[in-house]
Amino acid sequence: MNELLIKNAFVIDPINNITGEQMDLAVRDGRIVEDVGANAEVIDAGGCLTLPGGIDSHTHVCGTKVNFGRYMSPEDMRAGREARRGVKHATSGYSVPTTYANSYRYAIMGYTTLLEGAMAPLEARHTHEEFSATPLQDMMANTLFDGNWGVMEAIRDGDTERAAAIVGWTISAVKGFGIKITNPGGTEAWGWGKDVTCIRDPVPYFEVTPAEIIETLIRSCEMLRLPHSVHLHCNNLGKPGNYGCTMETFNLVPDLNDKRQTLYATHVQFHSYGGSGWKDFCSKAEPVAGLVNNRPQIVIDMGQVMFGKTTTMTADGPMEFNLYRLHHNKWSNHDVELETGSGIIPVLYRRKNLVNSIMWAIGLELALLVENPWQCMLTTDNPNGAPFVKYPEIIALLMSKKYRDAEFATVHPETGSRTVLPSLERELDWNEIAVMTRAGQAKALGITDIGKGHLGLGAEADIAVYPLKVGEIDPAKEYEQVIEGFSKAKWTIKRGRPMARDGEILVHGENTTIWADPVIRPDRDIAQDPDFCEMFNHWYSVRMSNYPVQDEYLQRNLRMQSEADL
Amino acid sequence: MIHRDMVCPFCGCLCDDLVVETEDGQVVQVDNACTLGSNKMMGAWQHRLKSPVMRDGGGWRDTTYEEACEYAAGVLLDADRPLMYGWSSTQGEAQGIGVSMAELLGGVIDSTTSVCHGPSILAIQEVGHPGCTLGQVKNRADLVIYWACNPTEAHPRHMSRYTTYADGFFMENAFRDRKLIVVDVRKSDTASIADEFMQVKPGGDYAVLSALRAIVRGRADVVPKTVAGVTKEQLVRVAALCKEARFGALFFGVGLTMAPGKYKNVRNAIELVDELNRHTKWTLTPLRGHYNVYGSNEVFTWMTGYPYAVDFSRQIAFYNPGETTAVDILARQECDACLIVASDPGAHFPKQCLEHLAEIPTVLIDPMQTATTPLCRCQIPTAVTGMDASGTAYRMDGVPIHLKKFLDLGYPTDTEIIGRIFKQVKEVKHP
Repeated sequence: MNELLIKNAFVIDPINNITGEQMDLAVRDGRIVEDVGANAEVIDAGGCLTLPGGIDSHTHVCGTKVNFGRYMSPEDMRAGREARRGVKHATSGYSVPTTYANSYRYAIMGYTTLLEGAMAPLEARHTHEEFSATPLQDMMANTLFDGNWGVMEAIRDGDTERAAAIVGWTISAVKGFGIKITNPGGTEAWGWGKDVTCIRDPVPYFEVTPAEIIETLIRSCEMLRLPHSVHLHCNNLGKPGNYGCTMETFNLVPDLNDKRQTLYATHVQFHSYGGSGWKDFCSKAEPVAGLVNNRPQIVIDMGQVMFGKTTTMTADGPMEFNLYRLHHNKWSNHDVELETGSGIIPVLYRRKNLVNSIMWAIGLELALLVENPWQCMLTTDNPNGAPFVKYPEIIALLMSKKYRDAEFATVHPETGSRTVLPSLERELDWNEIAVMTRAGQAKALGITDIGKGHLGLGAEADIAVYPLKVGEIDPAKEYEQVIEGFSKAKWTIKRGRPMARDGEILVHGENTTIWADPVIRPDRDIAQDPDFCEMFNHWYSVRMSNYPVQDEYLQRNLRMQSEADL
Repeated sequence: MIHRDMVCPFCGCLCDDLVVETEDGQVVQVDNACTLGSNKMMGAWQHRLKSPVMRDGGGWRDTTYEEACEYAAGVLLDADRPLMYGWSSTQGEAQGIGVSMAELLGGVIDSTTSVCHGPSILAIQEVGHPGCTLGQVKNRADLVIYWACNPTEAHPRHMSRYTTYADGFFMENAFRDRKLIVVDVRKSDTASIADEFMQVKPGGDYAVLSALRAIVRGRADVVPKTVAGVTKEQLVRVAALCKEARFGALFFGVGLTMAPGKYKNVRNAIELVDELNRHTKWTLTPLRGHYNVYGSNEVFTWMTGYPYAVDFSRQIAFYNPGETTAVDILARQECDACLIVASDPGAHFPKQCLEHLAEIPTVLIDPMQTATTPLCRCQIPTAVTGMDASGTAYRMDGVPIHLKKFLDLGYPTDTEIIGRIFKQVKEVKHP
């Protein structure tokens, strides 16, 4: 029996409606309990801000394209190296750090659960191998279906149940978590060097539209009763004037689930652009946020851009090629047969660049204009908008108008005429930040029932104690303390075990891989469908029997089983 | 007993459709494999070293795994600058332990990459890599180029699984509709079946690639009448074929990476493919040799940030090919102990390096006697992944494949042996 008592914690736990209360937290065998014995290990939080462990519902930290980002970027590796010490491995990398570096830096910031945003099913084994080398966080992987041939053929035949059966089988087979759609249809078109412009363009050969892919996968997701909703990276990322496409997409989304959203739209900053070209490029955060405010069935994440060097990486292959033609830096591309694509380029976001400055403003505008913090998650689409180590600065920007104004004074002077950021007075409070960095993310991912994102009785004891005295500092003015505080938790506790303290890593942990396993009626089991097997074995370059990820790739793991309506 | 959908542990194609028949612990039949894979599968069970061996004066003596592992750990712990080399014909799990051990020992870990596609990686680190999985080529490519490689002999099923002889989803008659261009310094077997064979004078690849880039960019006017033995007429024709293709795939081999120009050749090839992507769809793939050499790059990268030649002597991961690569370290007589895993430098390294390997305590982990054996003081035989051990490998296009076990010959796996050595290292050198 392993017991821990955290005394004098100033707890904010939005899921349990605790908005700031001095209390003790008792932990036994990794779970929050009523009380513990006299022999429990004691940590004195000293009245510091205590939150559920941080959750990142959209980050790129493990898998084929992340590793290729490292592989092609020795310059980035040199930018983040630290020596091996104690339990800590040597680390490399700033924007695409090694698995250990990612894990340590997230842990130091109080993060305990991460969702890898994009896993190609064919290469899932790679993601799981890297999960095993990410010791301090629980991991899950969204599985890509934007250009899945079997799904597109089912859509063309008007057979949503078949599409759902393919999705369900694939997610179980590759130990994935949710359905990710990246530039639906566009990644298949990119197989021919083409793209789709918005949701009504037919995909070459398959003759289905992105709208049909999105609608079918939303229905499939609900049929399979997956914990998380469809997770969408809209078409047209990064293009001036794309907000119209984004809004048209949001308008497609029905409200099908009473526990959580029906659509999670990711890095919406990159999809809220006005103008007809780079010359008149401007923010359209207002109409996009306005629409989200009227659609409780949609949750977004910011995809905030922060200035400096980073690496962009996405399954959206055509977008990365366009970006390469703008930046003229190095470019990698990796199309995945019958499934999806991907691309990587390094970028530098500059304050002196008007477009970059507007992008920076848009992310903040979205977070300030979306009224309900449960509908807007704090992310950078790590590392696309910026490496996750920038989160504390983003928190401070959202909590302080003064800080925003000070930063605004340093960006391109024309930014003011293309954005509304300077006119936004809203300053988020501690509770809202807690929602946007853990509670809301847990709810959006559908993992509150397994004890994530809150500190109620029975919850997993994933806890972050920050060196911040809520009553004593004014985040609107003392934003530097906010940045410092969220950069280095006093304690990060995972499953009841302290794993980081004041920037030091204390243990070599063992994560839990969380995966979804929708149980489908045997007569709808696509693995028994002769046409599907024939298609698979004929056109994939691996045999169907060699495709599923074997159990041995998961060490500690949590299977979230659901009874599919299928 | 029949084992279906087995994975071949020979080359970077990692064919996963082999049918293997075993009888009384022996392989009696292998279907679907090429000659290379089939020979490995059929013969491997019978040519194994029976037990670990140690130098004994001028000869060898059999020893136990316990003594051999203890010896290996002792040698590594005793060294100031241990080198851990090889890793391309073993399972990813063993590679991972190797990295952790190199890190704790403050040693250097390098894979066979540094003497094959190391230059390709240097080029990728400068300009990136427009690639794809092999099924993408199989289903779409109407034009395939093999540059400075000879898959017929080195990757015998590459053409039947992924290119020339493979069915393609988007092709009526793939064999007829797919064009093949071969570029090489000699007319190889692959060249003899090409629609277009472009014979380049040795050392001329860089110039030919530059000429093609110029033509694709509309600057044929700057190209002379012949470039490294290739006529302008042929260059213009090839460039036109490349631009007209719906989907082109360029594969290249060690003939490009190890010819004069080295990584600059590969960089030029990548930039040609970049340029062609402004007109149509093109991808490029290095033809990787050993079945899991790409896996060593993957594992090293996620653990250390670098794909090969990683030096932990300063407790950080440091990478500087040319300095931290195995050949260079041996040629400078810098390392004072060496662990070689699943590779055969004895057959490939310069004489000077081998002389140094023979001077220092060198331990080899390999199932069979090889050209490296005579250079070692101790050899530890292990199971062959894909035959008597399961494990992970990465195909030349980055697809991770699980290799399966179909035999039990009682040998420990590489992961077990390296794990045992690491455990002993950790007992002395606490993390």
